[in-house]
Amino acid sequence: MIRVRRSAVIDAPVERVWAVLRDFNSHSAWHPAVGDSRIERDEPSDQVGCVRNFFLKDGNHIREQLLALSDRDYVSTYCILDATLPMKNYVATVQLKRITDGERTFWHWESTFDVPKGREREFEQLVGGGVYETGFAALARYLNGGGPRVRPQAVESQGVVATGFGGPEVLQLRKLEKPRGEVLIRQTAIGVNYIDVYIRKGLYRMIEPPAPIGMEAAGVVVASESSRFRPGDRVAYACTPPGAYATMRALPARDLVLLPDYINDETAAAVMLKGMTAEYLLHRTHRVRPGDVLLVHAAAGGVGLLLCQWAKALGARVIGTVSSEEKAALARANGCDQVIVTRDYRFAGEMKHKADVIYDGLGQAAARENFEALALRGHWVSYGQASGPHESFPDLTTKSGTLSRPVLFHYTADHLQEMAGNVFRALKDGVIRAEVRQRYPLGAAADAHRDLEARRTTGQLLLLA
Amino acid sequence: MYTSSVIDAPADRVWAQVRDFNGLPKWTPFVAESRIESNMPADKIGCVRNFRLKDGGVIREQLLTLSDYDYQCSYSILESPMGVDNYVATLKLTPVTDGNKTFAEWWAEFDCAPEKERELAHNIGQGVFQAAFDSLKQKLR
Repeated sequence: MIRVRRSAVIDAPVERVWAVLRDFNSHSAWHPAVGDSRIERDEPSDQVGCVRNFFLKDGNHIREQLLALSDRDYVSTYCILDATLPMKNYVATVQLKRITDGERTFWHWESTFDVPKGREREFEQLVGGGVYETGFAALARYLNGGGPRVRPQAVESQGVVATGFGGPEVLQLRKLEKPRGEVLIRQTAIGVNYIDVYIRKGLYRMIEPPAPIGMEAAGVVVASESSRFRPGDRVAYACTPPGAYATMRALPARDLVLLPDYINDETAAAVMLKGMTAEYLLHRTHRVRPGDVLLVHAAAGGVGLLLCQWAKALGARVIGTVSSEEKAALARANGCDQVIVTRDYRFAGEMKHKADVIYDGLGQAAARENFEALALRGHWVSYGQASGPHESFPDLTTKSGTLSRPVLFHYTADHLQEMAGNVFRALKDGVIRAEVRQRYPLGAAADAHRDLEARRTTGQLLLLA
Repeated sequence: MYTSSVIDAPADRVWAQVRDFNGLPKWTPFVAESRIESNMPADKIGCVRNFRLKDGGVIREQLLTLSDYDYQCSYSILESPMGVDNYVATLKLTPVTDGNKTFAEWWAEFDCAPEKERELAHNIGQGVFQAAFDSLKQKLR
């Protein structure tokens, strides 16, 4: 048996190298020895078990099967099924590791296989040199294909500015100061959220008017000082400070996520804020387990629908509250096992001491009822306050209850990439769905706010830049 | 927490430097003196190194594993002024065939008061592990 081991340091962050290598069919794009390649049976190229069928430029034909893929460990393992080369029992592993000292990547490529007696040296050289070492250099070149890093030049930007605190009429499209920062983005789709309304009204004092608003968007990198992004990359974000309602935006690289091919810009802009909110609520603030009884308020709202869909997939029993029969039907269709229709925050009658976890975006007006509904040792997660801020909380010792007051940006501060990745995978696997209901031109942001506040809509509103 | 770096020297040379469990004063910038307790050899599993930091703190660490085959060793903290419990750290070298360099990894797991977590992780990751890597890079240049 021959064992081949080669390793190299690639001058790019591990996420960027992995984004290429995890795609089992990408080798024809970057490896100079590989000619045409396709994945058999139209399977996705990251589906374990898929087969890549390709020609080497020297005419040899190889079929290889993906045996293991780990986004967590940056490992891909594959074997040769058949080849016109005399290699048997070939199993190879690609392993990447993060070099924390300088945002680089350690790449280890290793395989074992058998060849006819006497040809061991020849094949050790062919695989180790001709395939692996050539591959290291070629991928490094491929990743630098964007040329030298482009220093962001100041460019014109237009954006929607809150000219004061007040109604939708305070929103006006204006020429903005030229955006300056690490990564410059030409924005395509911008998410409209209720938090934007609160900021416009001055309830959350996150801006001093006149100032642009908006928390999330997607777009294309135009210039970047960070090695993590290069021009042409599709990116999205949900972060402070406000200012997403704009044609161009400059942000630090740490606030951005690279979009996978299967997530389009509109979906990303629709789902960053609400999707990552659902992600941390169900996986981080509380780790939902099969059989948990969840009480989800505003179950037909943006975050509510995602919570219902995702919690159902996690095996929880989901009970939702909504304000109308129409919304009840929507909640049921999205994974709610039981729906309580109430317009005045009355739900504890049916839920007394039953809820293991309460996802509460309601606030003060529902506090008493929520406390009634909480089970012994239950977890009350207060992540919003639509009816007004909490003045006080009941004495939780009487139920050994736990109270959490989480804020999205305290989670994304350390876990952004992981959280966004989980949301994208959940979308891809059909666990959650992002429905865009209405699109507005950027200049019509005021109309979007009017529609959102009139609750004329379900589903996500977008501004198109 | 996890720290990794690339040292521009073959893995054999780097390993020769770091495998000596009693050798911290020779290659780290922050250890003043070190001895192995009970007169044990420094590569005997279970031996305890007792060393004094230049800032005065005394730390006792026990060697848990040592592999000349994998270029890897791990150890636990028995006593320290840092306020950590169940601290186990591993140092591992991997040859980089392209350029005959060394990929060095050093990671640790421990329990501590939640409010000290961030500060400790930074102090250990940057102040200890990365600082030690940096001095190793200088030394082996």
